[in-house]
Amino acid sequence: MSSVPVISLRDVTKVYSLPAGDVVALDHVSLDIMEGEFVAIMGPSGSGKTTLLNQIGSLDVPTSGDLFIAGKNIGEMNDDELTDMRRDTIGYIFQKFNLIPLLTVYENVEYPLILKYGKRDTTGRPIELLKMVGLEGPMLEHKPTEISGGQQQRVAIARALVNDPKILLCDEPTGNLDTKTSKQIMDILTDLNRQGRTIVMVTHDPETATYAHRTIVIRDGRVDP
Amino acid sequence: MTQNVIFDLSVRNVRRHFLRSILAAIGIVIGVIAITSIGIMGANLTLSVTETLSANSDTIKVSPGGGPSSGGGFGGGGGSGNDEDEYISEDQFRDIVQAASPNTVIPVYSESDTITVGDLEGRAAIYGLDDTDITTLITVANGTYLKSTSTALVGPTLAERYDLKIGSRIKIGDEDSDEGTSTVRVAGIIEERGMTYDISTDNAIVVSDRWFTSVYGNEGEYDEVIVKLNDINDVDEVEEAIDNQLNRREDEVTISDASRMLDSITSSLSMIIYMMMGIGAISLLVAAVSIFNVMMMSVTERTREIGILRSIGTRRSVVRRMFLYEAFILGVIGAVIGGILSVIIGYTVVLVMIGTTAYFFTFDSLIYVPYGIAVGIAVCVLSGVYPAWKAADLDPIQALAAE
Repeated sequence: MSSVPVISLRDVTKVYSLPAGDVVALDHVSLDIMEGEFVAIMGPSGSGKTTLLNQIGSLDVPTSGDLFIAGKNIGEMNDDELTDMRRDTIGYIFQKFNLIPLLTVYENVEYPLILKYGKRDTTGRPIELLKMVGLEGPMLEHKPTEISGGQQQRVAIARALVNDPKILLCDEPTGNLDTKTSKQIMDILTDLNRQGRTIVMVTHDPETATYAHRTIVIRDGRVDP
Repeated sequence: MTQNVIFDLSVRNVRRHFLRSILAAIGIVIGVIAITSIGIMGANLTLSVTETLSANSDTIKVSPGGGPSSGGGFGGGGGSGNDEDEYISEDQFRDIVQAASPNTVIPVYSESDTITVGDLEGRAAIYGLDDTDITTLITVANGTYLKSTSTALVGPTLAERYDLKIGSRIKIGDEDSDEGTSTVRVAGIIEERGMTYDISTDNAIVVSDRWFTSVYGNEGEYDEVIVKLNDINDVDEVEEAIDNQLNRREDEVTISDASRMLDSITSSLSMIIYMMMGIGAISLLVAAVSIFNVMMMSVTERTREIGILRSIGTRRSVVRRMFLYEAFILGVIGAVIGGILSVIIGYTVVLVMIGTTAYFFTFDSLIYVPYGIAVGIAVCVLSGVYPAWKAADLDPIQALAAE
């Protein structure tokens, strides 16, 4: 763990304008996450933790305040730059796995590589990563719907890692999995963190949160002190 | 290449809803067939008319009288310039010869009269020509050229109708009229000439000028003068020379050629064809709506998938391209099938309606196939533009939240 913040929020506010009025999802949030940290974000439903993760994941930009990812202010980026940030710097792992149903297991992992380099993979990295998460053989030619939830999440982890991102964002990564599979997935994430990967994980399971070094609690859009 | 992977995704999307894709493409198939086969038919029709008429493009016709031409009916309409007061005089003829030099100039007497062959009576056009001019203008299919002033050549249609053979006798003129009747003997049957611009011989009798003037009088008062060009590129030049020579002070003669008639026929033909293609294009419009509908359904169904693609780093432009490829694939499938079918259907239509497929495998005719295919694909891609923009502009977070 180093003392360089890879994620840095300064007074970040996110307001959603709804017909019924404005909803403040994040209210002047300031926090730093250092390189190599494993941070859990907890809080009740509607507290703004997913909004926070979406900001860090460059899927959305703050209404006000500055948000630096790997030294770059995402508030000043256009859509293509944000998209490239998601592709190169951030690996996203979702609760619902979100694999592309038309692609095979292997192709799902290869896809971000193709986006980045504009050609099919020749390095063997997708195979390597799939092996690391425990998938190999004919399994790689299956479509996502043909494999179990735990296996899908492993594929999602491999996909998140394929472009060697600085940051791994996990939105309830074990929310759709049974206890045994959850533990396996969390072990993989712990390993990745040990290798130096920064992990930010949203969860509302306190047990899952114990894997993290630090827990940030969000309540009503503010960081609970 | 990224494109290839995106293209691959599009192909898989088309295949995922195979039946739906095929149904959408059928619209394009029908639309392409409609415009392509109509276009092919039009081209064949125009080509066959043009071919027939351009065989006459070395002919300039000078008719007596000024003002607008009498419409230049096909083949000079035997006897149409028969007005007692209007003729081309010997002096005018010499002027034409001088102006049109060195091209061949043929003076023509014509008349329409009653003819009687055995018991059969009818009317026919009668042309009086100089012996030399007859050999220039006319080919005899059967028999010989004129042997004496009382012999005649007859057109094949006329010969068939009256069952005329070499040596048959034709009584020309009305027995009750002042001129009485004269009899000619058939020396030869003229070769079929079809649609011509100078004189229509298929249904006419050609006699010597001497015989003609001895029966009808009016020597040196020609009903029309035909100029046969040595080089068809001289048309404008020769016409202008004749015009300068004769029509300087007042319009004495009317000068016309086949190209005018050809122009007006082809332009009205192509107008009809374009109108029909326009009607055919309505079916393409219907196809465009169905493609649009399928694409919009596809965008709605795949909202979450688009969210996934966007969230892991797929740019808007790539998502847009993916949908445009899909429309393109549907367009190519539909348009190519349509193109192939329209060759078959076009061939059948041409065979049935025009009666000849001689012009079918020509550039002007088959060019409609690539045209039709290109239009079909373009219509498809254009229908996909809005759905593709809609897909690309989805908010990734909202798209991910969709079920």
